[in-house]
Amino acid sequence: MGKVYKNAADALEGLTFDGMTVMSGGFGLCDIPENLIAALRDSGAQNITAISNNAGVDGFGLGLLLEPRQIKKMISSYVGENKEFERQFLAGELELEFNPQGTMAERIRAGGAGIPGFYTKTGYGTVIAEGKPTREFDGETYIMETGLKADVSLVKAWRGDTQGNLQFAKTARNFNPMMATAGKVTVVEVDELVEVGELDPNTIHTPGIFVQRIIEAKCEKRIENMTVRERN
Amino acid sequence: MTQRTGWTRDDMARRAAQELKDGFYVNLGIGIPTLVANHIPDGVDVTLQSENGMLGMGPFPYPDEVDPDLINAGKQTITELRRSSYFNSAESFAMIRGGHIDISILGAMEISEGGDIANWMIPGKMVKGMGGAMDLVAGVKRCVAVMDHTNKAGASKFLPQCTLPLTGRDCIDMVITDLGVFSRGEGEGRFRVTELAPGVEMDEVKAKTEADLRWG
Repeated sequence: MGKVYKNAADALEGLTFDGMTVMSGGFGLCDIPENLIAALRDSGAQNITAISNNAGVDGFGLGLLLEPRQIKKMISSYVGENKEFERQFLAGELELEFNPQGTMAERIRAGGAGIPGFYTKTGYGTVIAEGKPTREFDGETYIMETGLKADVSLVKAWRGDTQGNLQFAKTARNFNPMMATAGKVTVVEVDELVEVGELDPNTIHTPGIFVQRIIEAKCEKRIENMTVRERN
Repeated sequence: MTQRTGWTRDDMARRAAQELKDGFYVNLGIGIPTLVANHIPDGVDVTLQSENGMLGMGPFPYPDEVDPDLINAGKQTITELRRSSYFNSAESFAMIRGGHIDISILGAMEISEGGDIANWMIPGKMVKGMGGAMDLVAGVKRCVAVMDHTNKAGASKFLPQCTLPLTGRDCIDMVITDLGVFSRGEGEGRFRVTELAPGVEMDEVKAKTEADLRWG
């Protein structure tokens, strides 16, 4: 059974269900799995727990799942570029768990690496630490954080081969490689799908063992905050 | 005509830039700290880290160079330099949490006399999240906070205890405000006034500071 699927809907076939936990890669709108998010919306799955650094914007990215109220809970480090998100949160319709960005990245890395928990200084003495076990190492206090896993991880990569080996472009790497390791099933969309042997094995960022399904899909690649300088 | 005293936002950024030493790896926060990049002293070579996964952040692109795959932590389009490298978020925060970044310059809403910082949430308002701020203040070797000394109503933002939810405890080494520079060395509890902005008298600083500093 090969890993290559026709399109996003085909790639999510049989994976979506009510109450599922989904990880979705990207930073802001930079290389989010646009087509897979749209297919997840079309699947109609409800009460989703979404683990993603950000929550998209209105009508794009995870914003697509917010409008039809398919998300029950978000685990994120920074949100609020999204009016519908704010409205649902302030109305008490959406649960939100903030994680410090580094803690979130490490929780996902740990989840994928079979590490159920770890200690970090980040957040000690803040609301983030409330209710979490602490432990002293060399005279400093650390808080315990747990690993995170998902039923399905949605990942965006630049290039991938038919075995699921992946390369990411520049700052589009962000959370994608860790999320690929932490999904029971990891589904990837790539800009360019190539045959095995076309990617230099020495330049693979994510080995194919972490990838179960892959599609090639065209992305809009929206820019959130275009900032330029003028030529003199 | 009244003479304006104290530092502007740009002056504060210029003063903060004096804390950058040759060879440093540096993380700059959003707001005034972003301006620090415009004031790096001549002869000082630093590498800027962007926590979304880049070392060696370059300037904003020309319009024909814009690349949607190349952004900074503020989601602004940027460029790469010859020294640049890219990595994932876990590796990025290994740099931050593992103590490999030399200095973080960040904005603040409140600072306490014991070096606590609050800069991520105001109860009752929509909270956007802490992003990487809690990781930065917990992990970076030296943290410099830049803020106005008082709020719009004239109340001190340099307090005995922060009133807003904390970003980190006992983690700020230096505070730069429009009135001056306040610092404390390794293992020192409270801050000393180490510099006054032009035209600012110590009496004004005392009047506008609720925190107990080492005034002597």
